[in-house]
Amino acid sequence: MSEPCFTLDGEDVPFVPGDTLLQAARRAGHYIPHLCWHPDFRAHGSCRICTVRVNGRMAAACAVQASEGLAVENHTEELDAQRKTLLQMLFIEGNHFCPSCEKSGNCLLQATAYQMGMEGPHFEEFYPDRPVDASHPDILLDFNRCILCELCVRASHEIDGKNVFAIAGHGIGTHLVVNSDSGQLGDTDMALTDRAAGICPVGVILPKRRGFVIPIGERRYDQDSVAEPGRQEAS
Amino acid sequence: MLHFPRHRNSLVQLLREAQEQHGWLPRPLLADLARELGLTLAQVEGVASFYRFFHLQPVGRWRVLFSDNITDRLLGSEALMAQLCERLRVKPGEMRTDGRVSVAATSCTGLCDQGPALLINHQLVITRLDAQRVARIAELIESDTPASSWPAEWFRIDDNVRRADVLLGQPIAAGQALAAALARGPAAMLEEMKRSNLRGRGGAGFTTGTKWALCREAAGSERVVVCNADEGEPGTFKDRVLLSRHADLVFEGMTIAAAAIGAKQGLVYLRGEYRYLLEPLRETLQRRRDAHLLGTAIQGHDGFDFDIDIHLGAGAYVCGEESSLIESLEGKRGTPRIRPPFPVQQGYMGRPTTVNNVETFCAAAHIAVQGGDWWAAIGTPKSTGTKIHSVSGDCERPGLYEYPFGTRIGRILEDCGARDTQAVQVGGPSGVCLSAFEFGRRIAFEDVPTAGAFMVFDRSRDMFEVARNFAHFFAHESCGFCTPCRVGTALVVKRMDKLAQGHGSRHDVDVLYELDKLMHGATHCGLGATACNPLRDTIAKFRPAYERHLKSLYFEPAFDLDAELSVARQITGRDDPASHLETAE
Ligand SMILES: Cc1cc2nc3c(=O)[nH]c(=O)nc-3n(C[C@H](O)[C@H](O)[C@H](O)COP(=O)(O)O)c2cc1C
Ligand code: SF4
Ligand code: SF4
Repeated sequence: MSEPCFTLDGEDVPFVPGDTLLQAARRAGHYIPHLCWHPDFRAHGSCRICTVRVNGRMAAACAVQASEGLAVENHTEELDAQRKTLLQMLFIEGNHFCPSCEKSGNCLLQATAYQMGMEGPHFEEFYPDRPVDASHPDILLDFNRCILCELCVRASHEIDGKNVFAIAGHGIGTHLVVNSDSGQLGDTDMALTDRAAGICPVGVILPKRRGFVIPIGERRYDQDSVAEPGRQEAS
Repeated sequence: MLHFPRHRNSLVQLLREAQEQHGWLPRPLLADLARELGLTLAQVEGVASFYRFFHLQPVGRWRVLFSDNITDRLLGSEALMAQLCERLRVKPGEMRTDGRVSVAATSCTGLCDQGPALLINHQLVITRLDAQRVARIAELIESDTPASSWPAEWFRIDDNVRRADVLLGQPIAAGQALAAALARGPAAMLEEMKRSNLRGRGGAGFTTGTKWALCREAAGSERVVVCNADEGEPGTFKDRVLLSRHADLVFEGMTIAAAAIGAKQGLVYLRGEYRYLLEPLRETLQRRRDAHLLGTAIQGHDGFDFDIDIHLGAGAYVCGEESSLIESLEGKRGTPRIRPPFPVQQGYMGRPTTVNNVETFCAAAHIAVQGGDWWAAIGTPKSTGTKIHSVSGDCERPGLYEYPFGTRIGRILEDCGARDTQAVQVGGPSGVCLSAFEFGRRIAFEDVPTAGAFMVFDRSRDMFEVARNFAHFFAHESCGFCTPCRVGTALVVKRMDKLAQGHGSRHDVDVLYELDKLMHGATHCGLGATACNPLRDTIAKFRPAYERHLKSLYFEPAFDLDAELSVARQITGRDDPASHLETAE
């Protein structure tokens, strides 16, 4: 009996019942660009970078259940251009000065932008005012780069059992908050060994005093493109 | 804390009741609540900061919110708000230093037929504002006169039913429809609903009988009936009138749904703007319990137990989207869920849940009495029955108009006394904008679908300003969850404001088109997907309105590059042609 399959850009992709399009595609070695999806967590569906065309209709590949015979378009000119625009939106919404960022070369947002051929911001910058939280002895929070993927929220809740983070506000004012009376990370029980400390795909949650231990040029995405298996998401 | 159990599912209700007592929500209060409910302070802060009506900073003891729908603006609300601010010496959005008053704008309050309107302390509504009223309000606030001794006339809310058909014109005695449904039995009632081909009146138009059947068949023992009374779409106020005049019928429709799907629990999600309806609705519920129309063994049917609670929203349009509404009912931020699972499979607290619009439940009650075939004979084949329209804007007789589906736009315009009409916005900002050459089109799912709003604009109006008002609305109401809507709606506002200030060019119009296309396909829910509809329609149909706002037909940056160089020219003492940027003409 042959496995059930859907097609991705014309190629057969096998799946097991319960798979989403993204899960099945990734297992088969395909790259559907994504930021807020991570194999250790349930689908979130907020970044929308994984938007594909399923039987002609747009949908987030992380959220759509795979089923027999679906025709999925992934790398079309239109979809990749749309991804580029979504990435540009994330860049201008925050403050991303890649050359001075410790995450540069290890950053999923930056690597995905390279992969999608993004060369400039395209839209006017928002330059939001987002103060840095340096209150914790071992961890720095630079909110300027937060893309609201909620991976830290999920990791802290589901794996660390600590609920250090939450999302607050609405609309363009949506932002990450820290759980303590002062709102400062230094007043939480967060530890550098927590899963939440390592999962941020961009340069918000950073270990202190480790800056540039691995020189730029030798980092994760300096070596391999984000499309490579094993490089598609943050650790 | 009278009404709600101290449980995390009640968080939004508990926050609202706490704020009614304290005026605002100080951080220690959030911390207490968090401790009691087993949540973190950050989680409670996350919920409280999601809803526009919750205040995490002190606000005036008098909190005045002007309704900011385009219909209020057509009636002069902006100038009136400026007058009130001036008289009270307070800046919009800020609290006066003595803590007495704050004045701000809010999204449509559902009183477009008697605007301009405002809300006081989220409890009281003043309609038909004018300069005189505003001057008196300022005096009464200044002298701290309790609202109970303000002129009662100010708080009058009219129903303005101008054309009644089945729903507004054929009363049903309390209990009559339910008795008919129970006599039929659940299976036959579902059959009747399917035969009626009634489609949901909340906008999406899903067949109600099918939704109920799916809910009934879904795995799970406890089922829930939810009435969507969020009515957040600007320009819509039909559900307000149904809830004031026909509350019994709404609850009866919910009870019929409960019988049909096998539910014991009913919830009404009432928008925060309709806070003043809460007590009358609770009284109606009590009357129905006393009459054995709710509670245990309803109308003597052993085993048929069902009751209804009312949850109040707190100012968030997106909570009208059914999965956000369920999140909000569970005390969370109103972020739409990923589907599947659909609410009919796993909704409120994971239970199979049917969410229907207020008008849908009224229609169901009528179908219980008169049968599915009767309903199906009204309207058009794919849009059966009647539809209530909330008519406002430039017309002589704003109010409610109920027609069978298939009615011409032009007919509605004639009936409401609209003259020299330039455009009609049908279905609210997320609907369609029709220009004069389309007034022969018909209201129906086959042609022009609608959730109920019908806003009229005559030729004196600037359709660009209409679209700009809607753009601000969507940006203000975006839940902020997904990238395209969170950032896209903010970018649209920036472009529209730039055009309004006369700095725009055709390039900006092109970018607006591009954003529309992106948001249509890429957003997580319908809010972002439809946010650019009015833009696209007005650009296509009222292009001159945009071009009047363009400084140049070519690219125009948000600042003047050449002017930026004037300092450099001063320093170098140059002003020759070569020291100026080449400007494209
Ligand atoms: C952003 C958004 C806002 C909505 N607001 C409302 C609303 O205020 N009232 C309503 O009945 N439906 C609203 N809906 C539609 C609901 O999601 C849902 O389809 C409807 O309540 C189902 O009821 P029906 O089947 O009776 O139409 C909204 C949908 C979206 C996407
Ligand atoms: S801090 Fe990092 S992990 Fe957390 S939401 Fe922001 S981008 Fe995502
Ligand atoms: S489109 Fe996205 S951001 Fe906008 S309201 Fe829906 S889920 Fe929230």
